[in-house]
Amino acid sequence: MRIALFVTCLADTVAPEVGVATVRLLERLGHEVVFPPEQTCCGQMHVNSGYPAMALPLVRRYVETFERALGEGPDGGAEAVVVPSGSCTGSVRHQHADVAEQAGDTALAARARAVAARTFELSELLVDVLGVTDVGAWYPHRVTYHPTCHSLRMARVGDRPLQLLRAVGGIDLVELPGAEQCCGFGGTFAVKNADTSSAMLADKCSAICSTGAEVVSAGDASCLLHLGGGLSRLSTTRGDGTPRAVHLAEILASTRADRPERVTG
Amino acid sequence: MTTFLGMPAAPPPPASSGSHLRGTDSFPHAAARTLTDDQLRRNLAHATTTIRGKRARVVAEVPDWEELRLAGEALKADTMARLPELLEQLEAAVTARGGVVHWARDAEEANRIVVDLAGAALDRHPQAAREVVKVKSMATQETRLNDAFEAAGITAHETDLAELIVQLGHDEGSHILVPAIHRNRREIREIFLREMPDVDELFPEGLTDEPRVLAEAARLRLRRTFLRAKVAISGANFAVAETGTLSVVESEGNGRMCLTLPETLITVMGVEKLVPTWADLEVFLQLLPRSSTGERMNPYTSMWTGVTPGDGPQEFHLVLLDNGRSRVLADPRGRAALHCIRCSACLNVCPVYERTGGHAYGSVYPGPIGAVLSPQLTGVTDDASASLPFASSLCGACFDACPVRIDIPSILVHMRAQAVDAHARDVDHVAERAGMATVAWLFRDPRRLRLAQRLSRLAGLLARLQGHPRHLSWLPGPGRSWTRTRDLPVPRGSFRDWWEKEGRS
Repeated sequence: MRIALFVTCLADTVAPEVGVATVRLLERLGHEVVFPPEQTCCGQMHVNSGYPAMALPLVRRYVETFERALGEGPDGGAEAVVVPSGSCTGSVRHQHADVAEQAGDTALAARARAVAARTFELSELLVDVLGVTDVGAWYPHRVTYHPTCHSLRMARVGDRPLQLLRAVGGIDLVELPGAEQCCGFGGTFAVKNADTSSAMLADKCSAICSTGAEVVSAGDASCLLHLGGGLSRLSTTRGDGTPRAVHLAEILASTRADRPERVTG
Repeated sequence: MTTFLGMPAAPPPPASSGSHLRGTDSFPHAAARTLTDDQLRRNLAHATTTIRGKRARVVAEVPDWEELRLAGEALKADTMARLPELLEQLEAAVTARGGVVHWARDAEEANRIVVDLAGAALDRHPQAAREVVKVKSMATQETRLNDAFEAAGITAHETDLAELIVQLGHDEGSHILVPAIHRNRREIREIFLREMPDVDELFPEGLTDEPRVLAEAARLRLRRTFLRAKVAISGANFAVAETGTLSVVESEGNGRMCLTLPETLITVMGVEKLVPTWADLEVFLQLLPRSSTGERMNPYTSMWTGVTPGDGPQEFHLVLLDNGRSRVLADPRGRAALHCIRCSACLNVCPVYERTGGHAYGSVYPGPIGAVLSPQLTGVTDDASASLPFASSLCGACFDACPVRIDIPSILVHMRAQAVDAHARDVDHVAERAGMATVAWLFRDPRRLRLAQRLSRLAGLLARLQGHPRHLSWLPGPGRSWTRTRDLPVPRGSFRDWWEKEGRS
């Protein structure tokens, strides 16, 4: 199957390994991945910060870019859009049409809905569209999984990431206490309400450390940026045993041939 | 020739300034105080975790929970869609059964009505104390009725145990259902010893901090008050338009004492507390107790319709409070906040509330529902109200917990846009808007994004200066809020660079 990748602005800029892993994983499973270079950002940060009008051109760009990728033309032929982020998937599904409608562009809203219907978060694409839970990965590490609020409650990916992780060879998957509680990132919330956000992060980091895991994984580079930032700071006092933050795509992309300790945190 | 387009219509006024709906401090500042109070944070985390667990267990028992939520949502939406007509129906039904209905535009008007009514009732008993008993009324907390009573020389006794603790502690409630959630039993004992002068008489062997002993002390005190009170003030959980029936649900039975013993009963309720028919109660009386206290049924459900000669209060007044509610109703994107049945499930699952407690919200309605309801009722013209919609990480736990499916995260986002627009010209907000506009401009063109990505790698220089090649542990400006507790990785080449390098494009 030909699949168009929406890598997300955040992964593109600060976590490129997430995009690389997504491409390698899907290619290993025999699919073709295309990356439409006109893509930028889903616009969620602007919507959530109270600037929906500024998000409109970004929504239009997303819709036009992936309409083309999913269309009949020379740049087309993709059957689905994959996003290695529950949060951006949620935004595409629940905010794009609304942003267009608020701006009075009902035609764009209809097109946004059509593109959103073919946009899938990575675990959804694998389990629901490609019908695979064992992706043939090998990851001999103790891992705990943070489900991320938007994957869970906005994109509604359910336990698909856990189904995929359970099938990974060599993995020691341990439950995270209070897994469904927010890590405190929330985009600009982490800066606007820094004290509250830090208190949430501290509790999440101690829950992660309590599992004895080497790695905390999630399906969102944004939450991992937050968790990784907190754990990195913690490691200055705790030392080398502090867990690293690794995206779900990287774990699923790892094989016996790789050196998993090279994955970044 | 000119065309007459009609008279311009002004929106209904916001809640009056005398309401307890906004604080003086913005949320981040108010929260900072609570976040440093370790005892308070432990009290809150313990209480919310316990209620959360209880709620999850009893909700899981109900096979049709989602259908009940959908029914609750639909009933509330229908009620709001024809609120004026249903309120008139309620007024007619209450009047037909011997009650008197009063309409209050704002807090001052509601307080004036209630104080006048109570004063007149007390005048008939010149030998009795100038006092009233109160139960279960967030509406009168909203209007600060107790202050109005005090100014009129009337003492108002809160009779709900948690409300009593808050009142005796000269404190504000910090939770919708458990106003004294922020107090532990040691603190409650200290309050009782200080504020109940006769407590030594009641407990000659000394007041301990055992919950049973503390409750008994409150009970003995309240019992005497109930038996002598001539006037009671209550809130209402529901009002049935069809029959004119009012209802209060509670755990301790103090409400039932208030509703049955005094001669005069005055109920104050927000206009949104309406349900169209008696049968609608079956939905809400299932949703409310499980969501609020994690119980299958609340211990006391009291219902009364008008007056019954020779039985119970002989005079009944219903005060219908607007105080900004018709303004909320006028906003189709925000009005679902009026569907709230005050169960507090959203507070108990909210990670922000759990850390900050209710006082940080500056309103009688704290937590996620308060963050959308309070600023809608007051408008977002001041900093304190405008900061409330941002007091959330948008994690969405509140929406999933809400028994009537209020999409709180979407309303928060809607209110953020209102707050941003209302403060567009403020100096503090100009920099933020410029930053947002710059980022939006970069994202409008992939070439600009790419340039920004390349420039961002200069951060590596700063990181090396700080002694770590791969992450920043200090950022200037607004980024300092981030790096106070977290590192930031240094960008090392973008995904699109890799894609090109691989020769894929």
